[in-house]
Amino acid sequence: MPKPLEELQTIAKRLRRDIIEMIGAAGSGHPGGSLSAVEIVVQLYFDFMRIDPKNPKWPLRDRFILSKGHAAPVLYSAMAEAGFTPKDQLNTLRKLGSIYQGHPDVRFLPALEASTGSLGEGLSLALGMGLADRLDGRPNRTYVMLGDGETQEGQVWESAMSGPFHKVDNVVAIVDYNGIQLDGFVKDIMDVAPLADKWRAFNWHTIEINGHDFPAIRQALEEAQATKGRPTCIVAHTVKGKGVSFMENNPKFHGTAPTPAEVQLALQELQ
Amino acid sequence: MATKTKFELKPGVATREAFGRALVELGRENKDIVACDADLSKSTMTAYFAKEFPERFFSFGIAEANMIAQAAGMAYAGKIPFAASFSAFAINKGFEQLRVCAAYPNVNVKVVGTHSGISIGEDGPSQMSVEETGLACSLPGFVVLAPADEASTKALVRAAAAHVGPVFIRTGRPKTPIIYNGDQKFEIGKAVVLVDGSDLTIIANGLMVAEAIRAAETLEAEGISARVVDMHTVKPLDREAIRRAAAETGAIVAAEEHLVDGGMGVRVAQVVAQTQPCPMEFVGIQDTYAESGTPEQLLDKYGLLARDIIAAARKVLARKRR
Repeated sequence: MPKPLEELQTIAKRLRRDIIEMIGAAGSGHPGGSLSAVEIVVQLYFDFMRIDPKNPKWPLRDRFILSKGHAAPVLYSAMAEAGFTPKDQLNTLRKLGSIYQGHPDVRFLPALEASTGSLGEGLSLALGMGLADRLDGRPNRTYVMLGDGETQEGQVWESAMSGPFHKVDNVVAIVDYNGIQLDGFVKDIMDVAPLADKWRAFNWHTIEINGHDFPAIRQALEEAQATKGRPTCIVAHTVKGKGVSFMENNPKFHGTAPTPAEVQLALQELQ
Repeated sequence: MATKTKFELKPGVATREAFGRALVELGRENKDIVACDADLSKSTMTAYFAKEFPERFFSFGIAEANMIAQAAGMAYAGKIPFAASFSAFAINKGFEQLRVCAAYPNVNVKVVGTHSGISIGEDGPSQMSVEETGLACSLPGFVVLAPADEASTKALVRAAAAHVGPVFIRTGRPKTPIIYNGDQKFEIGKAVVLVDGSDLTIIANGLMVAEAIRAAETLEAEGISARVVDMHTVKPLDREAIRRAAAETGAIVAAEEHLVDGGMGVRVAQVVAQTQPCPMEFVGIQDTYAESGTPEQLLDKYGLLARDIIAAARKVLARKRR
């Protein structure tokens, strides 16, 4: 049974507040790409994935890898909200010794599936895990989120070529297509369009959705689960900085923390 | 302590061949062993594993970065993957993945580089790997192995599989002389003293171990007593064996089929400097790239023969305090 829409929306709002507060407290970080991914991460962690926060290493769990590791705040806020990790430490983000390192780090947070942060590598890791799960006959499914700018990395396409070749149908790639990367708009830095066509050409079952539309996300995840013999790529069209008016579609907030005044303004908008 | 003074050094198989055979044996014993290759399985010898365990062999095409990272993914999920390619491609094209997907999270992945050094011969420098010891040793937590012959390769591949954590194994293309009879025990980080000696120590690995033995035999005929140590583990180094060599023989020659810069010898020198300073010389490839030729021609031209170790021994002995 899908979780009621209002419940998911409430959680999404809480996560957005957590993201703003923790990046504000850290004084550095990546708010834009964390906010754009909120609905997808909420749908996975609070509705769709088979996970047990009390037993993070449950052998039959579904996995989530944040290949775009700079969006760590969205992952940390979801893991804390779900009960994997302490919520009261979120504001230690990026501080010495924190379990909430600048990019996801399994040494500090063993409940993570992988250390990420160097772009282009997460899809390979996910496919390797998918192959291992299949060899062992486990039902696990692995979800990996990539940034749109990240798909400029060559390794993404090496791994994209290998997923359908090895028929890794227990892996789902989700591209957070928010159109902005550090230096500006993706179309101006190195355009990745037509992105869905590229994944189709690499023989992935490819679905395009609005990445902020909960029912659409759920439907795509169900379709991916029903797709056998090849992996699925969900190209999720999103808005960078989604939910905070002055961050939306603003390249500045790819990698800039809000000032204390901006934090207050943002939190007011996220009442 | 070594007792043997004469080695027959009969022709043996290549260390890559020994790796391929050892991997099959491991595969029979442990279903978690998997193999990954990047279109070189007939050269890296993972083809043996692929033939016997097709469901546990993964071809990634000519895409080493993805291969190393997917191997890491499999290791995250509990497998013991051996990813193989020519050393030059595994280490250079996969280095970022070795760093972030294997070393940094300390993932249990094994990377086997074949065709190391210049003894691959005719293919030339683009296929030759002369930097990988330095690169692999720069990765925190990595174990780096460079076996000398069939028996030591088989034993060290087995030790690598048993070790929990990332390992890089350096193997070669040409056939290597038989040094060990199979009774020798091998432990990661524990050097083997092959010949005892008191005037100087030759610390070698890989292809250069046989040359070191030949050099020691020639020196012995001249009344110079050379100890020969097989430093099959470049990281972590056997610090005690190095300290003893420095303290007991007072002069060291390092010999390896690798650039001197970043190689085993400079790592040994670090330990010597920290424990028991003594003069050292370095036999290896100088600051250059080689060329096409037969392996024999190249080892001769680039100074990797017993003759070169003997010359270095004379130099180091001249500097040794009497």
